[in-house]
Amino acid sequence: MFLLVTLALALLPVILRNNYQISILTFIGLFTILTVGLSLLMGYAGQVSLGHAVFYGMGGYGAALLTLRLGLPAWASIPCAAILTGLVAYLIGIPLLRLRGNYLAMATLGLNIIFFLVATNETALTGGPNGLQGYGKLSFGSIIFKTDMQFYYLIWAVALVVLAVSLNVVNSRIGRALRAIHDSEVAAEALGVNTERFKTQVLVLSAVYASLAGSLYAFWIGIVSPGDFSITFSTELVVMVAVGGLSSVWGAIFGAAAVTMLTEFLRNALPRLLGGASGELQIVVFGVLLVLIMVFLPEGLTTGTLLRLRAWRAGRPEKKS
Amino acid sequence: MNSDQILQLIIAGITVGSIYALIALGFVVIHNVTGVINFAQGEFAMLGALIAITLSQNTPIFNRSVTIGLGWPLPIAIIVATLLVALIGMALYRFAIRPARTRSVIVQIIITIGASIALRGLALITWSTDPYRLPNFTDGAPMHIGQAVITQQDLWMIGTALVLLLLLYLFFQRTLLGKALRACAINRTAASLMGINVNNMTFLAFALSAGIGALAGIVITPKTFMSYDSGAFLGLKGFVAAAIGGLENETSAVIGGLALGLLETLAAGLLSSGYKDAIAFIVLFIILFLQASGIWRRGGSRDTAGV
Repeated sequence: MFLLVTLALALLPVILRNNYQISILTFIGLFTILTVGLSLLMGYAGQVSLGHAVFYGMGGYGAALLTLRLGLPAWASIPCAAILTGLVAYLIGIPLLRLRGNYLAMATLGLNIIFFLVATNETALTGGPNGLQGYGKLSFGSIIFKTDMQFYYLIWAVALVVLAVSLNVVNSRIGRALRAIHDSEVAAEALGVNTERFKTQVLVLSAVYASLAGSLYAFWIGIVSPGDFSITFSTELVVMVAVGGLSSVWGAIFGAAAVTMLTEFLRNALPRLLGGASGELQIVVFGVLLVLIMVFLPEGLTTGTLLRLRAWRAGRPEKKS
Repeated sequence: MNSDQILQLIIAGITVGSIYALIALGFVVIHNVTGVINFAQGEFAMLGALIAITLSQNTPIFNRSVTIGLGWPLPIAIIVATLLVALIGMALYRFAIRPARTRSVIVQIIITIGASIALRGLALITWSTDPYRLPNFTDGAPMHIGQAVITQQDLWMIGTALVLLLLLYLFFQRTLLGKALRACAINRTAASLMGINVNNMTFLAFALSAGIGALAGIVITPKTFMSYDSGAFLGLKGFVAAAIGGLENETSAVIGGLALGLLETLAAGLLSSGYKDAIAFIVLFIILFLQASGIWRRGGSRDTAGV
């Protein structure tokens, strides 16, 4: 499975050759990294993060600022930003993960908004609404990353590594512990599972993933601005997770791809359909989609459909996982 | 900063706080009866306002292709708008929340988020991005306290909040229906065993919440413009207000709302106005940190059971 995907991804840009399509695919790769982390957090640890873009933003701004202000070489600022983001996630997690899902949802949303406001207002530090640019290119030794094609391979390479790590986590002791927590925290605690530690670990991991994605984004696009890390984007991430499946690592690719392509389609098609409407109309579609999927296929489009198919074929009333 | 300016800030804080209180009330009512946080609560306020505006003024909708010129008198428009939003609230329960009541909490949360997005999007399609406002309910000279000013609309806001609070209090404490609702909040199964139709009660809870939210939106819009995305921040702050009170009972929601309004206005006035919206969340974080270290009393057993 893994080899197939890797092969397919490696060959796609050669087949497609269309720069626009390659960048769309690169975005999908970027969003996959984000979605996998969020999916682990929401599906396995059962925690809603409505402001996940904040970790994405910390990675982006972090890498940009470290390179720009502290003069760190790009390949060093990426992991540094990731560590810092992980630290913030850890600190947030301490009080929040003890509380009900609603509170973490609101708190991450709040964090996102605060981050957005700081990024917009503190112009001296963050470049204000126009953002930061000119922080240099990413380079490893003599390889300088500047073309879309290079970033396609780089980002997808990271995405695949992230996927591999996540699959490992899911199938390991940690994954089983997480599933136990998801089913019933009380029971898991009774069995000796340190729920807090696991939930914190997943939060930190998902934050680190998001930070990596953000840093890569920063060096690819060359400019970071507050608008890329808004709560709207956080909501889109939640939709991606929902579509791909709350507990599905592979579903993350599907969810990221589906939502990204849907957004592009809507951005191009809607103005023609509704006569000059603004590009935010995809909101409605996403909202309705979210509700429908959660009501009918909460396991996501891939897992959910598979489960239903299996149950239908077996002729039994479906069992909910 | 002299005492009159501070007084002005306090008045502004109480005024906006009463709006937050109303929205917080909506959160608490639904949460108590269903255990769900209705992330679409803010949208009720937005819809109430925009519908009332559409009913009472010439309003272009659907990207200016249609103009609705009903021009109803304001009180009628307000009543009808509130009822319509209450209906929308009930529809939300019936089509989005009830079908998923066996799902996990996360799924339900995502559903209400999806619903709020959808409602926002529908508002966008209908009213596009234009901001609207209602005229002041009554025109007249503002009152003065020292150098500080309270406009008549401010009084309407505070007054509406107080009246609704009083009505709700009487409803929940003195009427059979209200007590039935409270029973559902305390224990759905037991209430059902007592012959209370929990389903109908939940419909009522949603209708009430939506109606209160709508009124909150209606009463604030003469002062501040309302557009399709105004609901988001209102809802968030209303939630923070409710959270301050522990999402437990109506009174703490109102206190939370007023407290938040005051904190926000004072901080914006005395410190920095760019971060005004962040205040609510900073407050939230502080509350959550305090809750986690056990200084506040925690929420009831409902929280830990079954996650």
